[in-house]
Amino acid sequence: MRPIAQGLFTDEASPRLVGGRDRDSGRIVFPCPANDRFEPVPLSRSGTLWSYTIQRFRPKSPPYAGPEAFSPFPVAYVELPGETIVEARLVDVDFADIAIGMALEFVTVPLDPDAADPVAIPAFRPAEAA
Amino acid sequence: MGDVCIIGIGIHPFGRTEGASGVDQGVFAVREALRDAGLEWSDVQFAYGASEAAGNPDTMVDQLGLTGMQFINVRNGCAAGGSALFSAQMAIKSGECDVGLAVGFDKHPRGAFDAKPAEYNLPEWYGDAGYMVTTQFFANKIMRYMHVNGISRETLGRVSEKAFRNGEKAPHAWRRQPVALDEILDAPMVSDPYSKYMFCSPAEGGVALILASEKKARELGIAPIRLKAATMRTRPPGSFEVFAPSIDIERGGSATNIASRDAFEIAGMGPKDIAVAQLQDTEAGAEVMHMAENGFCADGDQEQWLAEGRTEIGGALPVNTDGGCLACGEPIGASGLRQVYENVVQLRGAGGARQVPGNPRAAYSHVYGAPGVSAVTILER
Repeated sequence: MRPIAQGLFTDEASPRLVGGRDRDSGRIVFPCPANDRFEPVPLSRSGTLWSYTIQRFRPKSPPYAGPEAFSPFPVAYVELPGETIVEARLVDVDFADIAIGMALEFVTVPLDPDAADPVAIPAFRPAEAA
Repeated sequence: MGDVCIIGIGIHPFGRTEGASGVDQGVFAVREALRDAGLEWSDVQFAYGASEAAGNPDTMVDQLGLTGMQFINVRNGCAAGGSALFSAQMAIKSGECDVGLAVGFDKHPRGAFDAKPAEYNLPEWYGDAGYMVTTQFFANKIMRYMHVNGISRETLGRVSEKAFRNGEKAPHAWRRQPVALDEILDAPMVSDPYSKYMFCSPAEGGVALILASEKKARELGIAPIRLKAATMRTRPPGSFEVFAPSIDIERGGSATNIASRDAFEIAGMGPKDIAVAQLQDTEAGAEVMHMAENGFCADGDQEQWLAEGRTEIGGALPVNTDGGCLACGEPIGASGLRQVYENVVQLRGAGGARQVPGNPRAAYSHVYGAPGVSAVTILER
């Protein structure tokens, strides 16, 4: 599955998000801006839920390129300790079980699983109990 | 030097007006404001006009009269109206002019605002993945705020309930039917925790304010409403704004914090001096957060404030006395000026069924918008 955009996550068996570190201040942002001030840096695979909502209606197309048949999906902000708070989908969780502070791990999921050539987008799912 | 004064106000009812363009609604508001001030269009030396999506404001001169006057168009997102007012008062403060106009109007299509990634310096994938949705951001922001500050969903519902109840009493409001708290809470969800009654809608409308120097107001024999402060500010580091793929762990303040702090300082007042406030309420939680961001209460106190009715028209600090954006809808160019219009009505004691009791002397207005802009005014009679 090809990524929705180049440079968003690493090309590893268990991919990681790629952020950008400000060469001067050390501040980390996501995604990595395409300029010399920031250098790409792989981000932590695990984090905690900072906030979330459920997207209950189909976003307008364009720009939304998800499936025509709409199912509500959670949009979260996930705190990666010491790095930054990133926006991403939440997957593999019942809406009623979502709770701020829950432990999460990074995964990639298809934007439209039924597409002929689906693209992968960043997401997080509940961390497996150690 | 005297204060800049508001000597005339006009409004075209908000909502949906078939057959009237945004410009038409702006012209209507200007004529109302001129009548209110007892002035002719030819008396107006300059104008600042705000519109986001309904054409160039300076085309209004076709209908109002080709007097050769100076007319500057303002586009500044949700702060457009506030920016027009700020600019207009500067022209009078400078001594360059003594009678001018701040006008704003808009006419948006139905449904959520259309936003494209490139307009916000964002990559295309961000829109493809379904994140160019303003309601998502607002919902995420309040979900965090509720968690940290102990605000219940019922409090959000109370804000909407108040808005529709106040809107019923405001002739210029769009939604003028009260809605019961249970119905608000149980309505279909748009973006959790917000149901459909907790978001405002893009709308139409126009507002015009005639400004004058204090000397000019005296000459005209008009009891002036004084513009004690008008500020427009942008965001500091660590704020949480719409369309953010990432935000800093180290949280900072907001554009509102800065605009509010500076406005109070310029006016020589504090939150306790304010008798009525119009706070940006594009969604119910915005009013809740903005109560604290503007310094009227501490984070978390809103739970008790709403439960006790302290922001009702008869409460300690009436907030959004005309129903705010929730009841009036949001025509971007006009929305911030509507708040000032409503404050002038309240300070004149002309609010009728929605009049704040006790002869209010000082009134506060606040707008906030993408990508982290805020405008505040403080009026005094």
